[in-house]
Amino acid sequence: MADKVLMKGNEAIAEAAIIAGCRHYFGYPITPQTEIAAYMAKKMPKIGGVFLQAESEIAAINMVYGVAAAGKRVMTSSSSPGISLKSEGLSYLAGSDLPALVVNVQRGGPGLGGIQPSQSDYFQATRGSGHGDYHMIVLAPSSVQEMAELTVKGFELADTYRMTSMILADGTMGQMMEPVSLDLEVKPAPEKPWATVGTKLQRKHNIVNSLSLVPEELEKFNFERYERYNYIKENEAMYEEYLMDDAEYAIAAFGITSRVAKNAINEARKQGIKVGMIRPITLWPFPVAPFKKAADKVKAIISVELSMGQMIDDVKLATECKVPVTLCNRVGGMIVSPEQVLEAIKAVAENGGAK
Amino acid sequence: MKLDKRITLLCGHYGSGKTNVAVNMALMLKKQYEKVTVADLDIVNPYFRTKDSSQIFNDAGIKLICSEFANSNVDIPALPQEMYSITDDTSHRVLIDVGGDDRGALALGRLAPAIIKENDYEMLMVINKYRPLTRNVADTLEVMGEIEFACGIKFTGLVNNSNLGEETTADDVLNSLEYANGVSKATGLALIATTFKESLNSELCEKVPMPLALTLQDKIL
Repeated sequence: MADKVLMKGNEAIAEAAIIAGCRHYFGYPITPQTEIAAYMAKKMPKIGGVFLQAESEIAAINMVYGVAAAGKRVMTSSSSPGISLKSEGLSYLAGSDLPALVVNVQRGGPGLGGIQPSQSDYFQATRGSGHGDYHMIVLAPSSVQEMAELTVKGFELADTYRMTSMILADGTMGQMMEPVSLDLEVKPAPEKPWATVGTKLQRKHNIVNSLSLVPEELEKFNFERYERYNYIKENEAMYEEYLMDDAEYAIAAFGITSRVAKNAINEARKQGIKVGMIRPITLWPFPVAPFKKAADKVKAIISVELSMGQMIDDVKLATECKVPVTLCNRVGGMIVSPEQVLEAIKAVAENGGAK
Repeated sequence: MKLDKRITLLCGHYGSGKTNVAVNMALMLKKQYEKVTVADLDIVNPYFRTKDSSQIFNDAGIKLICSEFANSNVDIPALPQEMYSITDDTSHRVLIDVGGDDRGALALGRLAPAIIKENDYEMLMVINKYRPLTRNVADTLEVMGEIEFACGIKFTGLVNNSNLGEETTADDVLNSLEYANGVSKATGLALIATTFKESLNSELCEKVPMPLALTLQDKIL
C-alpha cells in the first residue's frame, strides 16, 4: 500500500492538480473551498508555479483563459455564487475550444445562500452555465481519494477534447478528511500545436478567439463541436453500480448523497428489499447506458439529491420514463439522512414501484 | 500528562487534531482543578470548532469562550470581549485552542503581552505527520516558526497526534515516532504526549513515549 496522507477534499484537489502538472492557479476566496487557494498559495511559490488571488472571480477566469491559450495546464476554483460570476468566461473558453479545470465546491443557494453543502448547481454544470451551445465535462467525486483522482482525470480529458472539465463537489466533500494515496498515475499532456506561444517567425500565427461574425462559419464551429460532444458521450461516461445485479429498485445518487444512500441500501437489504444504486461519476456526459438497462428490470428509481430535483430529469430522459422516478431530497445546506433514504426506499417498495 | 501551568496554549496546523486533543485535555484538567475554561480563538475556520463540544463542556462544568458566530454559518472573524478574562481572571485554569496557522494565530497576539507577563503558560504544538503540509521535520519547523512569529509567543512543548482519522492503526502511530523525535530534537522541545484513539490503548500504551489515549473522537461526517 502506498504512503497515505490525511487530507481535506479541497487539499486533495489542490495537491492532485500540482501532481497533474498544473502550475497556474487563479482564484478568489469563497467558503467552503478556500483551502484550495490557501494550499496553492503555500505550494506554488515553492515549485516555480503561479498562485494569484485575482481581484474578482471574473478576473480569475479570464486569467485562466490566457494561460489555457498559451497551452499550459491551468485551473480555478470557487463555490456556487462565484461560479455564476465565472460563467461568462466559461462560455468564452468553450467558444475558443480551450482546455481548463474549474472546481465548484457547491453551497446552498440561490443567491448568496449559505456555506453548507448543496448539489443544486447540477443544471448549471451540466447545461453549460454560460450562454451559447456548449458543454463542460462534469466529474462528481464521492470520496477524498476520488477528489484527487478525478482532478488528474479532469486535466487529461480537458486536454484531450479541448474543453473545460469541472469538478462538481460540495461543501462536505471539500471539508471532510480522509486518508488519501497520492500515488496518482498521470499521462503526459498532449502536444498543443494550436497554442499561442510565439511563432519564432517560423510558422503562421495561431489565433485563439470566440468571435465569429460569419454565420455560416459560426454554425460550422457549433456542428463540429457537437460531433466532438457526441464522441465523448459514447466514450467517456463513467459510473459505479452497487448491488444492481438482482435489484428490484434503484437509487440514483452522486457525490456525498451516494455515500448516504449506500448505508440506506445496506439497511434495506437487511430488511429484505432488493435495492441497488447507480452512481454517475460523470454528470456530463450522463451515463445513459446503465439507466437504460435498469429501466427494463427495476420497478422504480429514487433520485437522491441535495437539490429540488435536477439530476432526476436526466434519469427520466435516460430511462425514457419507462419506470416511475421519485425524488428524495434536502436543500438549503441540509443533508439527507440514511433514515430518510430508507423511508423513501420502503415507500416505493410498499406499493411495488407504482406512484 | 502533567499540565501544571495556568494557561495551556494548543496550536497545530489545520487537521492536526488540535481541537480533539483540546477537548480531551480540558476534561483532564477539570479532574484536577475546580475552575476550567476553554477558549476557542480560531478566527479563520468556520467549521469543526470547539463549540461542537459545547454540550460536553456544559455537562462537565467547563466554561467555554468562543465567538458567538462559531458554527453559526456566519463567516465572520470575530472574538468575544470575554476573551480578556483569559488573562484578567487568574483564578481559572485556561486551555486555549489557537487557530490552525499563522493567520489563525494572529488573534492570539492581542493577549500575548499579558500571557508572557504572567509567565505561567505552556504553549504546545500539536503535530501530525500524516497531514500534507507537516509531513516532515523541515515543513513542520516552518509552520511552527510562522505561528510563533504571528502570535509572538514561543513554543514550550510538543504533542504528537499523528493520525489518519478513523482508519488509524497502531502501526501508523508507531511509524510517526521517528518524525516526532526529529521535531523534538530539531526544536529542543520536549514531547509531552503521544496521542491515539482509546481503542489502540492496549497496543500502544507501553510502546510510545508519554502515551495519551483520547477518549473522545471528532465526529465523522
